[in-house]
Amino acid sequence: MRIQDFIQLTTSAVRSQRMRSFLTALGIAVGIGSVVLLTSLGEGLHRFMLAEFTQFGTNLIGINPGRVTTHGVSGALISNVRPLSIEDGQALKKIPQVVDVVSVVQGNASVKAGKKQRRTTIYGIDHAAPEVFKLKMSAGRFLPDDPPRSARSFAVLGSRVREELFGSGQVLGKRIRIGSESFRIIGSMESKGQMLGFDLDDVVWIPTAKALSMFNRESLMEIDVLYKEGSSAEEVSAQIKKVLIDRHGSEDFTITTQEKMLEVLGKILNILTLAVGGLGGISLLVGGVGILTIMTIAVNERTNEIGLLRAVGSEKNQILGLLLGESVILASIGGLAGLVLGIGGAWLLGVLVPALHTHVSWTYVIAAELLAAAVGLLAGILPARRAAALNPVDALRSE
Amino acid sequence: MIRLRNIERVFLVGEERVHALRDIEFSAEKGEYIAIMGPSGSGKSTLLNILGLLDRPDNGIYELDDIMTTSLDDKEQADVRRHKIGFVFQFFHLVPRLTAEQNVELPLVLAGVDKAERRKRVHETLEAFGLGDRINHRPDQLSGGQRQRVAIARATIMKPSVILADEPTGNLDRTSGNDVVEILEELNDQGMALIMVTHDPELGMRAQRRIKMVDGFIEEDTGNRV
Repeated sequence: MRIQDFIQLTTSAVRSQRMRSFLTALGIAVGIGSVVLLTSLGEGLHRFMLAEFTQFGTNLIGINPGRVTTHGVSGALISNVRPLSIEDGQALKKIPQVVDVVSVVQGNASVKAGKKQRRTTIYGIDHAAPEVFKLKMSAGRFLPDDPPRSARSFAVLGSRVREELFGSGQVLGKRIRIGSESFRIIGSMESKGQMLGFDLDDVVWIPTAKALSMFNRESLMEIDVLYKEGSSAEEVSAQIKKVLIDRHGSEDFTITTQEKMLEVLGKILNILTLAVGGLGGISLLVGGVGILTIMTIAVNERTNEIGLLRAVGSEKNQILGLLLGESVILASIGGLAGLVLGIGGAWLLGVLVPALHTHVSWTYVIAAELLAAAVGLLAGILPARRAAALNPVDALRSE
Repeated sequence: MIRLRNIERVFLVGEERVHALRDIEFSAEKGEYIAIMGPSGSGKSTLLNILGLLDRPDNGIYELDDIMTTSLDDKEQADVRRHKIGFVFQFFHLVPRLTAEQNVELPLVLAGVDKAERRKRVHETLEAFGLGDRINHRPDQLSGGQRQRVAIARATIMKPSVILADEPTGNLDRTSGNDVVEILEELNDQGMALIMVTHDPELGMRAQRRIKMVDGFIEEDTGNRV
């Protein structure tokens, strides 16, 4: 049989029962539509998260005190961990590929300016922070490059703190009190927005040593290392490891490269996308059962026709092929309609609820259409085999 | 052309074994016109189905145009049906969603003949059968006689060696029945053997050779030349 005749025969069967074919295809359309819609939500979230995490740059390596293995066993609870010190950070600067190092301490404190007061996040940080974290100044300058242990009492305000405490007025040169200590404001930052619900503008930046004593800590919370564009993250972290082991005597810290973190995050988000896609797959399964039902009914109704086709010389395999073709066509039409539904739905959702990030991934779209055809094929196998196995004499006799 | 030897067919009805055909010996030459008659349940239709390779005998040998059909597989049997056998049924068995033309070209489609060639042959045949203006009609837009003529066109479009007709006029009025029989006889004159199962003695009398079946046996054969 020629391929165009095969298509003509199968489509004529699908068209001859318009209403029924429409409803059956609709079942698949809803399934494919939800797969496409849900995966585009997942993919949108994926992209959103990656963008959030890369806004601070990608050539970053973070070092935290304590040993956390990738198996999730935390060594941080064991007491013989040596603290990460400012001097550790200074030592890392000597590694050739390292551009700059930032020592980070974070805490909460009340900030007073005149009569106004606000509880906010205090970051103890180095002068290199704007370069390492890609932060931009709106006025003044960032903390100066003072010797770390004897840094002067300067502070830089996040845009929200500045607004809350000083309104739109001039802030440079004014004094604020954080805890019991007085700081002189030397700069304010551009708004950076929120990241995963954390307000990056509701912060005050002060020198690391000041924050350590303010929060009565010995250890830094984190050291962030910016390395040269083009150097290998693995190589740099190996060097960091060597330097710190030399200083600490053992590996009592954890190195996280941004690259590795993004990779892990990407994996988690991919699994999430697959999982929500799987939820859509359940409705696709229901659509597949619909096709199975309709094809079973069609074989019963057309038993006569099948007998006739055998009498005029069709092989069992041709009968099998024709009925499989019919169910694949039904499912593919449903699949195409589902793609339109899903893509349209994702677009509409993106317009109506901009906070929901949707992104239609063409890989998933093509996979969804292939999936629809596969569902049709699977659903068609049972009825088609039954049709092919019919005894032609009995088939012709049935009315 | 057709040689049946020792053919047996047994059906299991409930617990009981029913011999539909017992030890059938039968042969027919090219272009013969044979009527198979007999009461219902005598095995006429079973014999026709075996001749048409729709049914397999439980025992015996069936040779058609020097082909041992009993040892062929499904694919080869389908091929023989397509090229050497034309079926005409009492209830026409046209595919309701296809036009007259599409119904007639089914065997050609299954054989993979290209569209232009199909169109030419189908149009010629339908016009010869007086259906030139019904080419694009569906079966429900045709009268009984017209439907049967379409069915005959389908059965003979491949120029088979034998036409097997099972009560071809059983569902038609006298006039359309006569038209149909005339067409079948004309095709027989062109060299296709015609084997027709019928209840109608008058129709049976038109055949040159008559076979009477009773209880699965051939009781009487007017022209057995074996």
